[in-house]
Amino acid sequence: MARKEVEEIQVTYRPVAEDTLLSIQDLHVWFELRKFGFSHAGYVRAVDGVSFDLKKGETVAVVGESGCGKSSLMKTILGINIPTKGELFFNGMPLSNLKGEELRHYRSQVGYVQQDPYGALAPFMTIEKIMEEPLIVHGVKDKKERMERIYKAFEEVKMTPVDEFLPKFPHMLSGGQQQRVVIARAMILNPRLLVADEPVSMLDASVRVEILRLMDKLQTDHELSVIYITHDLSTVRYFSEYIFVMYAGEIVEKARVDDLINNPSHPYTLALLAATSDPDAKNVNEMQNVPPGEPPSLVKPPAGCRFHPRCDRMIPGLCDVDRPPEFKIGEGHLLRCWLFKDKSEQI
Amino acid sequence: MTEKTLLQVENLKLYFKASKGVVQAVDGVDFTLPANKAVVVIGESGCGKSSMAKALLRLLPRNVGEYSGKVILNGVDTMAMDDEKYRTNVRWVKMSMVPQAAMNALNPVMRVGDQVAEPMIVHNGVDKAAALEQAKIMFQRVGVPVDFINRYAFELSGGMRQRVAIAMSLVTVPELVILDEPTSALDVLTQANIMNLLKQIKKEIATSFILITHDISTSSELADNVVVMYAGQIVEVSDNHRFFTSPLHPYSEKLMASVPRLRSKIEPDFITGQPPSLIDPPKGCRFAARCKKRFDKCDQEPPTVTVDGHLVKCWLYA
Repeated sequence: MARKEVEEIQVTYRPVAEDTLLSIQDLHVWFELRKFGFSHAGYVRAVDGVSFDLKKGETVAVVGESGCGKSSLMKTILGINIPTKGELFFNGMPLSNLKGEELRHYRSQVGYVQQDPYGALAPFMTIEKIMEEPLIVHGVKDKKERMERIYKAFEEVKMTPVDEFLPKFPHMLSGGQQQRVVIARAMILNPRLLVADEPVSMLDASVRVEILRLMDKLQTDHELSVIYITHDLSTVRYFSEYIFVMYAGEIVEKARVDDLINNPSHPYTLALLAATSDPDAKNVNEMQNVPPGEPPSLVKPPAGCRFHPRCDRMIPGLCDVDRPPEFKIGEGHLLRCWLFKDKSEQI
Repeated sequence: MTEKTLLQVENLKLYFKASKGVVQAVDGVDFTLPANKAVVVIGESGCGKSSMAKALLRLLPRNVGEYSGKVILNGVDTMAMDDEKYRTNVRWVKMSMVPQAAMNALNPVMRVGDQVAEPMIVHNGVDKAAALEQAKIMFQRVGVPVDFINRYAFELSGGMRQRVAIAMSLVTVPELVILDEPTSALDVLTQANIMNLLKQIKKEIATSFILITHDISTSSELADNVVVMYAGQIVEVSDNHRFFTSPLHPYSEKLMASVPRLRSKIEPDFITGQPPSLIDPPKGCRFAARCKKRFDKCDQEPPTVTVDGHLVKCWLYA
């Protein structure tokens, strides 16, 4: 039974454009908190009103700190979390209507690259079994066909000679190779969408670029749409077209990668960029400029703009009262910040 | 040199016995650390950097095969001390450590204030009340609210836990603090905060740091000197200006080239191949198999040569 707070969420749906693969509209993912196991004690508003469209063959990066809701967003896209309100449209079909075989098909269309390759591969299964499993689950009955597809996927991620890797167990591979297996497994059902959750954060610097290049190549070859979730802005440049900056359950700025790096506008984005350092001996002598405090609790997020308690350009009486709507300050450059209310058009 | 040398490490070796043979995790490491400076140890995972930290603090597992060399702290060779003398005079008194992943380094069933106070009680012989007072001062210094003193580790955020671990390492006012990947599990803003804190501590308490990391960008925030490790050996010792602009060793060059940068258009590169096994490392230069500048001489052990005051272990400069 829906409670009052949930009933009060207002959502509006837009029509989905033809070339849009995934359209997320006013998505709210709230988790109920319970006291003593049964009495209601509020909600954790992990994702609170997120909307964006992902076109076919497009890559977006979702950037934010831990606890900002990016993993909840990802899990909702994967169909693991059920939206509290709002809707996801995949190829124009609302996700909440999918059942049984349709849902299974949807899951085969969305590949998932986990953050920690060591944890994502079952330690007691050989690489062959690990790769075969999604094919069995999705009804590829012919062993020969399964093996053919495994060989093809492994050649694509440059795990050759394939025969040498298949009988091995995950612990016999290096971190980079494990991540290649994870990527190959995500690709084996020919998905249209790939969700990559910090795919390189557990890897050594020397291998990171290699894995990012590989994903970039797969994206181009298969015209994949990719959602790349990360907290590291420095790797985003090499991979995606758009960056969405998330803070406390909301997307606060959306822009093309170059726009965001050359013309960051939301105070939180500025802080994130300032805190990302490039290797330079000068850094030793300078303190980095970091906003005070920590991200807010998502049980009782601050009224108005959620970043206002940490923002040095807060407008009293506005930022701490009203939630900023999305302002458009350039082509494809949207942000939620009252500082731009006169410099842009509201949508 | 006019700088006072705080730590001098000579031919430090730490081998582990494993079922397949002897792992030469730290294989003949030499470097010096001047007082009130920070040296950053950079290398890929498995290059022996964490083992070196353990060797310096003598926090050894049971399967040690060989542990030898000299660790001279303020002119005293600590390797000559027996374990008890080392424990009472060096560990946490002169030299302390912030372990990797502070999340797991804190005791889950002890209040964090007690954990910060504990080294004072053990090493300085003060009573608990006085030690807790000291812990409060430490909490303020590292930016943890003083009333957190009665909390448990799970009640703190990742950044706060890291700060508590730093407070714990500083409470006995050691001359040298070894930081093992202090920021690798943290968010960007928290990382920047912790690096700011370390800079401030370095200025105010005149502590020296050994920072062990694989994150080159973040390490540049603290590094005065840079030590590059590869397969258990040091391949380059350089100062920060030299290293971050034009490193000498081919491995360092490759490492610097693999760093994704936010503010430049340089395409990052990656290093092909994998580091050698430390059980039976190749003779000659250990990086030779992955090196593009390899030539005949590389099959023999390269000498460590001095180039403009920087040390590099490579035949190209011999």
